[in-house]
Amino acid sequence: MAVCIAVIAKENYPLYIRSVPTQNELKFHYTVHTSLDVVEEKISAVGKSLGDQRELYLGLLYPTEDYKVYGYVTNSKVKFVIVVDSSNTSLRDNEIRSMFRKLHNSFTDVMCNPFHNPGDPIQSKAFDGIVSGMMVQTG
Amino acid sequence: ESVLAKPQHPLLHSQRFSASPCAGDQSLFTSLYTSLAQQLPREPMEWRRTYGRAPKMIHLEANFVQFKEELLPKEGNKALLTFPFLHIYWTDCCDTEVYKSLVKEDMLRWQNSLRAHGSADWVIIVVETNDNKKKNKTNILPRSSIVDKIRSDFCNKQNDRCVVLSDPLKDSSRSQESWNSLLLKLRTLLLMSFTKNLGRFEDDMRTLREKRTQPGWSFCEYFMVQEELAFVFEMLQQFEDALVQYDELDALFTQYVLNFGAGGNFGWSGLLLRRPIDMEKRDGIQRGEASLLDLRSYLFSRQCTLLIFLQRPWEVTQRALELLHNCVQELRLLEVSVLEGALDCWVFLSCLEVLHRIEGCCDQAQLAANCSHTVGLWAYATDKLKSLGELCGLVSEKEPTSEDLNRTVDLLAGLGDERPETVNSLQSPYKKLKEALSSVEAFERHYLELSHAAMEMYRAIGRLRSARLVGKSLAEFYMRKADPERAETFLQEALKSYVSEGWSLPVTHTRKQIAACQKLLGRTEDYLQTSALLAGDVNLTTEERKHFCQEILTFAGKSGDQSQKVTLSMGVFTQLTRLQFRPATASVHSGAVLQVELTLRCLMPVSVHIQQLAASIHFDLERGGTNGRSKGTQRQTNPGTVEFHQSNSSAGPPSSSAAGPPLELDEIQDRSPSDNSLNSTGVVCKNTHLVMRRHDSHSPPDTPNCVSPPAVAMKEGAQMLKVQDVTLEPGNNSIIFTAPSGQPGTYTLRQLYATVGQVQFVLPHIYPSVQYEVYSQEPQLTVEPLSEPLLAGLPQMVKFTLLTGHYTVKKGDALQLSNTDTMPILPSSSCTARISNPLVGESVLSIQSSEKVTSISLPPTPPYHTLEFHLEVLCLIPSGDERPANERLTNGEMSIDCPWSIYSTLLALTFYIPFKTKHSLLSAGNRKYIQVCVQNVSDVNFTLAEVKLTEKQHATLELQSLNTKTQQLLCSKHSVFCLWEVRWKDDLPSCLQCVFSADFSPLNQDISAFKPFHYQFQFERVTTLYSVRADILPPAGEQHCRSGLLCGLEVCITRLTEPAEGELAEDSKTDTDGLKTTKLMYEVADSSSNWAVCGKSSGMVSMPMAASATHKVQIEVMPLFAGHLPFPKIKVLKYLPHTAAVAIQPDPDSCVENDSLSLLDKALDDQGDTASIRSRGSVHSVGSGDQQQKGVAMPRLEPFSPGQVFNHSYTQQVLVLPATDDHIMEVNAT
Repeated sequence: MAVCIAVIAKENYPLYIRSVPTQNELKFHYTVHTSLDVVEEKISAVGKSLGDQRELYLGLLYPTEDYKVYGYVTNSKVKFVIVVDSSNTSLRDNEIRSMFRKLHNSFTDVMCNPFHNPGDPIQSKAFDGIVSGMMVQTG
Repeated sequence: ESVLAKPQHPLLHSQRFSASPCAGDQSLFTSLYTSLAQQLPREPMEWRRTYGRAPKMIHLEANFVQFKEELLPKEGNKALLTFPFLHIYWTDCCDTEVYKSLVKEDMLRWQNSLRAHGSADWVIIVVETNDNKKKNKTNILPRSSIVDKIRSDFCNKQNDRCVVLSDPLKDSSRSQESWNSLLLKLRTLLLMSFTKNLGRFEDDMRTLREKRTQPGWSFCEYFMVQEELAFVFEMLQQFEDALVQYDELDALFTQYVLNFGAGGNFGWSGLLLRRPIDMEKRDGIQRGEASLLDLRSYLFSRQCTLLIFLQRPWEVTQRALELLHNCVQELRLLEVSVLEGALDCWVFLSCLEVLHRIEGCCDQAQLAANCSHTVGLWAYATDKLKSLGELCGLVSEKEPTSEDLNRTVDLLAGLGDERPETVNSLQSPYKKLKEALSSVEAFERHYLELSHAAMEMYRAIGRLRSARLVGKSLAEFYMRKADPERAETFLQEALKSYVSEGWSLPVTHTRKQIAACQKLLGRTEDYLQTSALLAGDVNLTTEERKHFCQEILTFAGKSGDQSQKVTLSMGVFTQLTRLQFRPATASVHSGAVLQVELTLRCLMPVSVHIQQLAASIHFDLERGGTNGRSKGTQRQTNPGTVEFHQSNSSAGPPSSSAAGPPLELDEIQDRSPSDNSLNSTGVVCKNTHLVMRRHDSHSPPDTPNCVSPPAVAMKEGAQMLKVQDVTLEPGNNSIIFTAPSGQPGTYTLRQLYATVGQVQFVLPHIYPSVQYEVYSQEPQLTVEPLSEPLLAGLPQMVKFTLLTGHYTVKKGDALQLSNTDTMPILPSSSCTARISNPLVGESVLSIQSSEKVTSISLPPTPPYHTLEFHLEVLCLIPSGDERPANERLTNGEMSIDCPWSIYSTLLALTFYIPFKTKHSLLSAGNRKYIQVCVQNVSDVNFTLAEVKLTEKQHATLELQSLNTKTQQLLCSKHSVFCLWEVRWKDDLPSCLQCVFSADFSPLNQDISAFKPFHYQFQFERVTTLYSVRADILPPAGEQHCRSGLLCGLEVCITRLTEPAEGELAEDSKTDTDGLKTTKLMYEVADSSSNWAVCGKSSGMVSMPMAASATHKVQIEVMPLFAGHLPFPKIKVLKYLPHTAAVAIQPDPDSCVENDSLSLLDKALDDQGDTASIRSRGSVHSVGSGDQQQKGVAMPRLEPFSPGQVFNHSYTQQVLVLPATDDHIMEVNAT
């Protein structure tokens, strides 16, 4: 399960970022922010090769000693980043993909809310619930 | 007789295939060995593989060893490399005897031992030479017989197990051919055996792997087995397959670690990639003594070697990073107790080793192009070195303590001795680490080198965020080394990136570091600015925020000299959210009170006392006139309340810079300067400079997010809004200023200052711009009707409005109105004035009238008040001709002298006469009637009373009223007709001067309200001079006229009166016989085509100027229709001979027209229009206008005045019967 889940706007500011409360939130912010480098690299690489039909899932962005960072980019260039503990070896690529899909669906619901102003930080409880379901249950 | 070659062990580099133990004639084999070994791998063979794997072409290469029984593999052998795949027996025996006695026996022994070990892969090679044949000619046997014998003895239905090689040492085609077939046979058999044995080996291996869950299973054992397979593939140059073996092992090991765990003591000397096979580690594994790291290291070194063979060096780096991360994780998972820092050492060394290995096989250009693959390792190494340095006390200003030194020594000891491969090279990871840990200086050098390398690589591949993160880490290092100056550069760069992308937590964290930095550097202003930002940062705890706030307040509280004043940007301290004007119009007259309420959101965590809060004002002298109200419309665009949209605080997304500022639109109207009419209108964008700015520029607008505080220039305005000693509580505060409003003009708020001791917070621009206006107004007096329209003749209320403007009305000030006769001011006893601003006050007004002047004493009124009072005035209706045609009266110019001006104000009021009157003279023979029509044109209903008509000159004349009512209602837009009969005694005067008078008052008012109304008019030539009588005579013998038949029209003109004096002089001439005659012209005209005039229709008549003179005229007319036909019209006109003096007398029509008070602006030029005359019902018989007045010298016709000619037969009708032909019935409906 994830230790940190972030939604980043097209302009690269965070729309939503939540991490496991027991851990150093700041560190995750740094990690997610730095991962944007790789996201951008991958997007531009994909853009060159494939045109429109691109894969939204970007795969493992980069591993660190403690975490694995996975990325996903919607067609509107909103980025999802999921950070997983490296010690969690049971997670398969497919599970990460399905997490992203779930996240994307929930994000779409948020965007469909007529009272939500696109570009504002996400405060939807439903979205929060989905994210909570994907986060590590600690304690 | 058997040949053995020592097998190499292991055979990794030899590229040899496998051992083929040989038996038989050793000397023979030795002679053939060279060419055999050379030629065997020359041709590739197709290798078909089991499990559906793709076939491959491989070159077989063999190692030949002499056959020894002990070399044969025993049961359960796992060694594939030294496995004897094919057993060969060499013989050149051609002698049957020798064969029988020796060779056969030897072969049998060989076969038996092979069978004993279950090996079925063998071949017997018989070498034939011509020499042999020749030598043995004596007991010659057919050559084939030996081969046949061998075949029958050994090759039981396996004829291919015996091969003949002919003349191998000769260079002949026969020899070549036999070589080729031998080689092919050997290759085929070798491959067959290899495939079979490899398959068996793989099956065994799988079986072994399946047992891994059983107790006692050893991973190391299994490792050796599968590695054997990898070796084989590697020898076959099937590196891909070899790599797969290691990858499988790797995966299996990972699982194994997770499920069972392994561990033990280990060193941390890092990966070793210089040798193809690290035999030391391999032996360890073989003995089952390897530690986790050993195993991993060994596995990786093998994978690395294979990948480099495969020319995939970049995969090495990627795998290396994964491996290192993985190992660290595994050790943590296994809870292996490790000396602190040991892992870091291992990782560091390994990273460098991998990089070194990669550098060894790539050139510089390749490396540079692929730094995206290596940079991870660089960064990781940097990281690890840093933590090592911290551990060993090398990251500080001071030297490491003894404790640190002990730790260093322990760590270095764990490294062991340097490997022999690198002992002699100048640089090696080992040496680097050792040196880095040796001293503070060396550490710094190495660390910086690594950091910069990593940063540069990140930059080169465009990973700027990663580069900045490394930079931040470097900054932290510099801070530890007490070098804040260098640290700040990196921190600022990182901060800029976080701010521009709106990552609040990193912003806060970095800013905190910068604050520490700036404090160390003693950059007070910057430090305070950063502190202010942090004090308002919601990401921090209240304690931290209070701390930073206190830092500012402490500084502010210091009593220092003026030079120590610090100016900070206000946005971080408090935000201006709203500005409200009171009054909301933001426009006051000079001297009035204008309040400005500021709403400030204080971001500080504690309440802050401010000595002074001030806003500087830019003053613009108002352009144009200062008359105030004229700019009213423009002023409305100043909203009373201005909301300031905050560029988000540091916590929010940088939406303002990303999405651009919102458009600020304004309506513009282009009006013509002359008449203020609208030419065009449109919408303008007020902030194009912001909207149109390039968005890709990286500097956001000077928001409080800015890395460094914006340069704040304090502009000392001459005027200021000031408030002393305010305390700003956290959150919204409301502060009220009283704005200066002395001079008229536009005041624009520019900057806002808050002074807290030595610190001044400045808001450099108040945007959107806020301004208010102060205007000055001249006193203005307006006089306007209380109700429109003003009616003449009745007392009317007029409203005086005095806007005092800047003028103070003092006691004794009075308005002097010059009296005019036409419009007297009616004195009123109780006249009150209202004074408003807008509060209402009342005071009594005293009015004194003298002959020429009416003086109105004004009550004292302060400036910018409105004084309002009503005055009753009456506009007299002029009775006579001077009355304008359109009933509009302007009461001339009444002038008012005002105390504030030397000039008189001219007052012009327009009154309307409520009535339109017209008069007409009616005649009946000699009798005369006067009709007056009064039409009410106003909107008011009136009562008319005392309707009278008088004649001014002739006392004998009696005007008898035929009006019955004394009072008459005259409704709006209605008319009243009054009629008098004129009676006279002697003579009817030719000219009547009449005055019509009536009293009128608005309906339902009492008698006293009646006002007189007079109307003068006159008639001339009233007397009836002639009577005209017409008669129609039916044709002779007929009783009635008949249509189509001629009738006689008899016109009889009779003079009724004696000529008057005026008439004689005017238009008569004396006849030859002394009689005075006048010439008349008659004309019979039928306008309605009822009659046809036959013969002469007009003629001249000479009338004697005496009473009763009669003239008869006979005219033939024919009725055209049957029925009651009106008589044809008979006109009688004066005929003036050309000698007669031209007397321009009023046109008969204009006589009527003059008094016919038609619609206001109707032109009077329609005399010729007979219809209009008829419609008015006038009685005179002369219908058509006279156009001949122009020709003065010519004789001309002149019509009579109305009433001068009376036509008796006017409107008379005669019965006309239809024509006798009664077949035709004419029905005429008209």
